Amino acid sequence: MNDKTDVSRKEESTAGTQATLTPPVDVFEDATGITLLADLPGVPKDALHLHVEAETLTIEGEVALEVPEGMEATHAEVSLPRYRRVFTLSRELDTDQVSAEFRNGVLTLRIPKAQHAQPRRIEVEVA
Amino acid sequence: MYRSLFPHDMLAELDRLQREMSRSFDYSPSIRGMARGGVPAMNVGGTPHSVEIYAFAPGIDPASIEVHIEKGVLVIAGERASALPARETKANVHIDERFSGAFRRVVTLPDDVDPDKVTARYRDGVLHISIKRRETSLPRRISVQ
Repeated sequence: MNDKTDVSRKEESTAGTQATLTPPVDVFEDATGITLLADLPGVPKDALHLHVEAETLTIEGEVALEVPEGMEATHAEVSLPRYRRVFTLSRELDTDQVSAEFRNGVLTLRIPKAQHAQPRRIEVEVA
Repeated sequence: MYRSLFPHDMLAELDRLQREMSRSFDYSPSIRGMARGGVPAMNVGGTPHSVEIYAFAPGIDPASIEVHIEKGVLVIAGERASALPARETKANVHIDERFSGAFRRVVTLPDDVDPDKVTARYRDGVLHISIKRRETSLPRRISVQ
């Protein structure tokens, strides 16, 4: 998420003006963080935009299919070339440490909990 | 952090509702149907030389996808394992929307395709199947003697 400025500009231009598909997601949480999986089929790696600002996570992607010249679509279930979904994060999540992997159209995001929010085992000292 | 009873993302809910409604109303006159909303989602198109099928099947090992054509019917089948943590682990599932399990979809092909000239490529989670049409069915200009 180094290219934050670039991505945020992109978001301003597309937000709210174009219809988008909502990608299905799985979200699960363990003691150390939250894992999010999102299905974004047809999106090449360079057309995926992840954006974290304050406590908002935005996932955006543009579909790019190899279409032969002169093709006429006869049936379309994926009818929009754009995905977008916004999540509100919570305070205990460490947004600086988000890691992302994008493979075969599936985005895997790992958002760890901040150090202070992780469970700790407190050793009992015997006097 | 549990899923809210009153979802705040109304647009996403409307989108889901619309998908479900179209699933129940959008019947096809073909006897083999072309029902929407199946897994994987499909886009179909054609050029004068080929029929192009795009199956949106993210997160699947390409080697495990079964594609075959039999008597003018294209079948795409496979399986996607659930990514959710096992029940025994100490993890809470907050949202569970992604498809998991076995899938199978069938498409009736036009009569003029050549089942021997098929290419299938898997890229960015989309299976693109291109089937050439028979040369004899291509539009031709007939010269007048």
